[in-house]
Amino acid sequence: MSPKTRTTSAAKAKTAQSAPTMRTKPKGAKQAASPAKPPRAARAAGKAPRTLDEFMREALVMEIDAAQRYTEFADAMETHNNLEVAALFRKMAGIEGKHAEQIMAEMGWTAMPPPAAGASWAGFEAPETAPGDEVHYLMQPYHALELALANEQRAERFFARLARAATTTTVRKAARELQEEEREHVELVRAWMKKVPKPDADWANDPDPPAYTD
Amino acid sequence: MKEAAARAPLTAQNYKSGYKPIWCPGCGDYSVLSSVTKALAMVQVPPEDVVVVSGIGCSSRIPAYTTCYGFHGVHGRALAAATGLKVARPDLTVLVAGGDGDGYSIGGNHFLHACRRNVDLTYIVMDNHVYGMTKGQPSPTTEPDWDSKLSPGGTGVRSFHPLVIALASGANFVARAFSGDPNGTAAIIAQAIRHPGFSFVEVLSPCVTFRPDQREWKEMAHPAPVTATDDPARAARRIMTDDGFNIGVLYAGKRKPYAAVTGKPRATVADLEAEFEQ
Repeated sequence: MSPKTRTTSAAKAKTAQSAPTMRTKPKGAKQAASPAKPPRAARAAGKAPRTLDEFMREALVMEIDAAQRYTEFADAMETHNNLEVAALFRKMAGIEGKHAEQIMAEMGWTAMPPPAAGASWAGFEAPETAPGDEVHYLMQPYHALELALANEQRAERFFARLARAATTTTVRKAARELQEEEREHVELVRAWMKKVPKPDADWANDPDPPAYTD
Repeated sequence: MKEAAARAPLTAQNYKSGYKPIWCPGCGDYSVLSSVTKALAMVQVPPEDVVVVSGIGCSSRIPAYTTCYGFHGVHGRALAAATGLKVARPDLTVLVAGGDGDGYSIGGNHFLHACRRNVDLTYIVMDNHVYGMTKGQPSPTTEPDWDSKLSPGGTGVRSFHPLVIALASGANFVARAFSGDPNGTAAIIAQAIRHPGFSFVEVLSPCVTFRPDQREWKEMAHPAPVTATDDPARAARRIMTDDGFNIGVLYAGKRKPYAAVTGKPRATVADLEAEFEQ
């Protein structure tokens, strides 16, 4: 992983201490599968935060939720003795957690700020959060990276949309910066995927499956 | 419920134990656990003032994954134990958790009467329409035409409708949530905890192992188009006619919670014994 910065210039300007923090990159990865259709729940989205503060609060929630989901996945994989994938998810959780810490520092927040009133994303969960059901106890590192790739791609699309919908220059600029960062993450995850073997077609075959009745 | 003490604000992490869940990867219950801890952080009740009571089943393992007091009890009897606890210790915040098999089948009778008594409890049912722990038998909420090797052609039995049953039985708060919406579920659970009386939260929580078809729920769940009502008749009409995927608080009533009788007993044991001797 190459270290990268993840700081919007607007956020840097906002806080005195805002020396750009270094962030280790690759946030998530996601599923190679085609992007999930947005749930009926949120098709209404189309708005954008009006202030930098609101924008960064949403970005913070995205990072925290993504980290939490990766942690859940890591715990589940450890429990099911899939330690290689567990370690990968744990690493992704750590990266997302660092991103959250960096946002807190950039914005000068010492405690979790109250959530913004209404999220800008479509669907129940933030765009960078992996769907909770897209894991399997026999999954392989390639699958985990597919999952992360899809998460990053959704995040990139989200920030691109926010940049288009923004009504202030500050928010538009910040959204463009984070969009670019997410695009870099996408490329990084793709590079990772070239380094791990692609699973065989029968990767999910289990001679003693839990659902033996089916 | 004790509101926030003068200490650092509690976070969801304060309510998570060091035990890792043993649910299947992809199970909706992971998100429900996360929602419960977030909800407790929202209401800021210290873990030592919270008790999580459960029955038997996959979802009933949840007390061990929290730092609260817990009672992983007898199949279907979580509500009975929790009712006794809350009446004896009204100062505690008591959550009850379980699944559809535990709560609506063997525990169905307790469910009805817990709603009727309206003791100040929050009952969270993780409903996956199947008995997962015992390998996929149909549960009370399983669709009548769900075909599997254990129920060839489906059971042909009408599904139990927990929300309307709860409402008709007297629950003071009725909501439906979805595990794919963990932050929304946390907000609903927090609201349920704060609402006086018996609060019932049905959480659609897919079983990816025995009901992989439930992955579609994330495409079907949607926020309820109307806000909660305190009119049970209106709530009943909404619940009976919705598509089963309306997410939100559907009823928030005004019934007075059950209060334990206090004061000195009017007769001593000796008085009672004396009556028998006459």
